[in-house]
Amino acid sequence: MKEELRGKAFKFGENISTDLICPGKYFHLRSNIKKLAQHTLEVADPEFIKNMKPGDFVVADENFGCGSSREHAPLIIKESGVAAVLAKSFARIFFRNAINIGLNPIECDTSGISSGDELRILPEEGIVENLTKGEKIKVAPLMETMKNILEAGGLKEYVKKEQE
Amino acid sequence: MKQTLTEKILSAGAGRKVKAGEVVFVNIDWALVQDGTGPLTMDVIEELGKGVTNPDRQCIFLDHASPSSKSELSDNHIKLRKASEKYSMRLFEVGEGVCHQLMAEDCVVPGDVVVGADSHTCMAGAFGAFASGYGSTDIAVAMATGKIWLKVPSAIKIVLEGELTYPTLAKDLILYLIGELGASGATYKALEFTGPGVETLSMESRLTICNMAIEAGAKNGIMPADDKVADYILEHRGVSFDFERLRADDGAEYEREIKINLSELKPQVAAPHSVDNVTTVEELQKEKIKIDQVFIGTCTGGRLEDLRDAEKITRGKTKNPNVRFIITPASKKIFLEAMREGLLDSFMETGAMIGTPGCGPCVGIQGGILGQGEACLSTANRNFKGRMGCGESFIYLASPATAAAAALSGEISSP
Ligand code: SF4
Repeated sequence: MKEELRGKAFKFGENISTDLICPGKYFHLRSNIKKLAQHTLEVADPEFIKNMKPGDFVVADENFGCGSSREHAPLIIKESGVAAVLAKSFARIFFRNAINIGLNPIECDTSGISSGDELRILPEEGIVENLTKGEKIKVAPLMETMKNILEAGGLKEYVKKEQE
Repeated sequence: MKQTLTEKILSAGAGRKVKAGEVVFVNIDWALVQDGTGPLTMDVIEELGKGVTNPDRQCIFLDHASPSSKSELSDNHIKLRKASEKYSMRLFEVGEGVCHQLMAEDCVVPGDVVVGADSHTCMAGAFGAFASGYGSTDIAVAMATGKIWLKVPSAIKIVLEGELTYPTLAKDLILYLIGELGASGATYKALEFTGPGVETLSMESRLTICNMAIEAGAKNGIMPADDKVADYILEHRGVSFDFERLRADDGAEYEREIKINLSELKPQVAAPHSVDNVTTVEELQKEKIKIDQVFIGTCTGGRLEDLRDAEKITRGKTKNPNVRFIITPASKKIFLEAMREGLLDSFMETGAMIGTPGCGPCVGIQGGILGQGEACLSTANRNFKGRMGCGESFIYLASPATAAAAALSGEISSP
């Protein structure tokens, strides 16, 4: 997660639940992440998956990922090519799941970001740059344990490394 | 150092005294997965190649697709059955009931640390246990190593006074509280229930309340264990279980305190599409909201007490012709007892359909999926857009008594 990321923002509101990200009606596709990822954020914005490009960002308000513990929610966001999720705050289980599967959850003040804004993220400096609006936003630092897991590439990789 | 109840249990699990804010590795007593989260967990366990620690305390539940409605889901069941055999893990078959209810009936005791790949794992906090939901990978690692890492949560103290009076029920209390806290008002925190009101609540009511701690974002919900917990264990498992009556220390530190007088509460409803969008039934019934489906069931509202509370209202009456009335007991045991008591006969005479024990239509897989523009009044715990299988439908959450009233009137109305 050290390299600089650059892409377009897709803005969502508050309380984006895992039912909006990964609808229960596709429960049967959970063993087929590629297929499931074609429905990423479908209930929140049916056009999202058509309009986004790999490297773009999901940007939201408070409590992103609330609700069910389905890890498939961050998994399909990652599979769809989204580089990172930025939100004012994340629901607890989603945040942990995202780290565990190696999707970077970025907690920062997203109020000034609009859909279509060009963003650049400098993970090392803990800064999100809104290139469209010429603003710099500070990122809340990660807990040490989580940083280590993310740097290993996810919890599975982290545990494997620990075992060696 | 004065400790909250959560800190005490996590201290025992960590093998040293811990306080809020610390990151610790805790030994777990139980871990669970269900048929939605389990397949991914099994892949990770397989990849880690370490096998499973204490396999008889690792539980697999086939409850969300109960019975299966699609071949892909049946394949997942096959995969989980094979994993349970390979690692000698406990398997609860299709039709046995919802994971959290079966954990309550069969497994959890006070002081346990319970983790599960299902967000409502927090329900087991009603036993005076630390119980919390995680994702599939976290649970895979927990099952493999017997431990989980976590940050000890700070706590919000909920002081309950007075006593609930029918038709105001446990569900009304927790909906009211979530309305007060907001859907993220307790994120990362413990909700510790205390005060004389807790003792007046039945064990089944306590389970309903702790079940929904996650709907305010909480890591866990917890109540001190008392004689009612011992009685529940004896009733369901036929064993007398003696335990230390753990309580929070006087003077333990809480982030904030909320007092609720149970005697003053009224029936509540959470309107679409957020669990914290709460009003009283009295207020909302003025809007004459038409209901197409009433669903009584789930790990929140499908226990025996719930069925009894609902049947009191529907007994001898006929449901509204425009309503589909669906009842899904949360477990086989509840189904059998409801049958013996004549509750199911009574519901069917009212015009209800009875579903197989399990999650039913709660998460939109089977057994009562909504259509475009339809409204459902449900005793479940979530009303997110799309939750019951259709993005353009509306879910209202309320108590079993309020649900029963809606089945008769065809609209949201006071029980
Ligand atoms: S009944 Fe509903 S909330 Fe409970 S475990 Fe099943 S799907 Fe989840």
